Amino acid sequence: MGAYILRRLLIAIPSLLGISLILFVVLALAPGDPFGELAANPNVPPEVRAALRVKFGLDDPIFTRYLRWLWAMLHGDWGFSFASRVNVDTLILQRLPTTLFVVGSSQVLALLVAVPVGLYAARRPYSLADQVANTLAFVGFSLPTFFTGLLFILLFSIKLGWLPFVYQANLPGTGLAWAWENIRQAIMPVAVLGFFQAASYTRYVRASALDVARLDYVTTARAKGLTEGTVTRRHIARNALIPVVTLVALQIPAVFGGAIVTEQIFRIPGIGSLLIDAMLANDTPVVMAVTFVFAGLVVLFNLVADLLYGWLDPRIALR
Amino acid sequence: MAGSTLASPSVEAPPRPRAPASPGRETWRRFRRHRLALASVAVLAVLVGGVLFGGLIWPLAIDDIDFSAQLQGPSWAHPFGTDDLGQDLLARMIYGGRISLAVRFAAMAVASLIGVVVGALAGMSRRLLDPALMWLTDLFLSLPQLPLLLLVIYLFRDSLKAMFGVQGGVFFMIVAVIGGLRWMPVARLVRAQFLTLREKEFVEAARSQGATTGHLVRRHILPNALGPVIVAASIEVSAAIIAESTLSFLGLGFPPDIPTWGRLLFDAKDHLDVAPHWALFPGGAIFLTVLSINFIGDGLRDALDPRRVF
Repeated sequence: MGAYILRRLLIAIPSLLGISLILFVVLALAPGDPFGELAANPNVPPEVRAALRVKFGLDDPIFTRYLRWLWAMLHGDWGFSFASRVNVDTLILQRLPTTLFVVGSSQVLALLVAVPVGLYAARRPYSLADQVANTLAFVGFSLPTFFTGLLFILLFSIKLGWLPFVYQANLPGTGLAWAWENIRQAIMPVAVLGFFQAASYTRYVRASALDVARLDYVTTARAKGLTEGTVTRRHIARNALIPVVTLVALQIPAVFGGAIVTEQIFRIPGIGSLLIDAMLANDTPVVMAVTFVFAGLVVLFNLVADLLYGWLDPRIALR
Repeated sequence: MAGSTLASPSVEAPPRPRAPASPGRETWRRFRRHRLALASVAVLAVLVGGVLFGGLIWPLAIDDIDFSAQLQGPSWAHPFGTDDLGQDLLARMIYGGRISLAVRFAAMAVASLIGVVVGALAGMSRRLLDPALMWLTDLFLSLPQLPLLLLVIYLFRDSLKAMFGVQGGVFFMIVAVIGGLRWMPVARLVRAQFLTLREKEFVEAARSQGATTGHLVRRHILPNALGPVIVAASIEVSAAIIAESTLSFLGLGFPPDIPTWGRLLFDAKDHLDVAPHWALFPGGAIFLTVLSINFIGDGLRDALDPRRVF
């Protein structure tokens, strides 16, 4: 197991480096010179401009610049936000917990819906319940999050007036009422993201459970006289959910993409809305850092999924 | 997949012996069994036909500003209602839909082309190229796509606008970015197909007759690998729709004078309380398109699965 963890870590590092390289190359290829304004200013003599360029190493080969940028990122020197006048890392650390809370609860909700529905659908493939579940799953992942979000606001906030549609990170107050307010404002964003993910997870769980249900040991369990419920819970589900971990990991980039949209709709102050705001304000350091944080989160959760996979299925770790 | 060898939900008649049919006819026969897929073809045909030819029967201009008809609900004069400037939403949706349609198919074509080339190169190489390309594919798969898409658009939008004009620049950029970030599933699929097909006897036979690798790929391997690629490409179209409308919805896609469906939703979201129709029609159109394409993809997958014998 130790060797397996080490191997996974060693695979995660190059992919993080690869992603950072791609991001940096995109930035470097982009037109626009950080000293463009300086060049347009007639009061700055050309010598000063050239000296500044040398000082900041703008004329160095791209690889040297990449290494310097990477070194600064690793040291926590993420730059300074033009728009908010604070350090980028402070800004991101302020916003990150909200995003992780919303994304995390939506994933929990998605799995709570998808696992029972998928297992139930797989018990009788092509029955009416299975077809209903399958059709609903298709509808679920064909509904883009931005449209479901608007529909929810229209129904629950405007028509029924049950839920607030603007999310506030620091609500005033304490105690139970405060906790309830926090839950109330999180219901819609979490549900929008959660149901979208639940739709595709349901299909994974169903397909995986169907694969497992054909195996001999399931027949043995049935032949022992176990009830169908016990067979599903104790024998099918335990093995069917292992590949689902990997498929969930593959969905993580899409989950964070959905989080950006959801945060924008419900005005949640997370890093997704920070990204959009920074783009609209031309705040390049923030844009780069947030994109990098998203990439890092994706790699991190992929690593977690890999480790979980190794723990759930020891055959993987032994290979 | 366990389910794929079982009967499809809509099977009722037992298979009758029949004269051997051509592959295309056979595929169509199987496809017809998937009722939802068949219905989806009709829905999609109506949507695409409406977008392509709707301008002929619905002649209202998209930028006809009429302040006496602001934010009106559906009526005979404006079947889909009007927006905050009194512009006719049906006309705007027809016009914007045409742009969206072009974006989707262009993006799908770019993604499939890159995917097929990368997959074919990896599948035919027996040395280092294959692991290198697959590492690249996995790397792209683990990229956070939406943030990256937004980043590229953020960094390049001004220079592309200068190069191709506002409309052309945005079009080119969105197609390139969606295509460039969505080729991985196709590439993996093509590689997997190539790996099996290149060891088959008929390929061996062609090679022994002196066929070059290029000829083998074009005439023998690629045509046999295309079935799953078509399915994947149809799924790519729905991914491209969602990506394009998401960008427009975030206000980073097309400018307001090009009312793609996502852009209409972006404009409508601040008027939800007074004009819900403004959001419902374009949103519903996006949903219907994506849903019908997904069902068609599902039907095609069933129909093109060579393991199915009935």
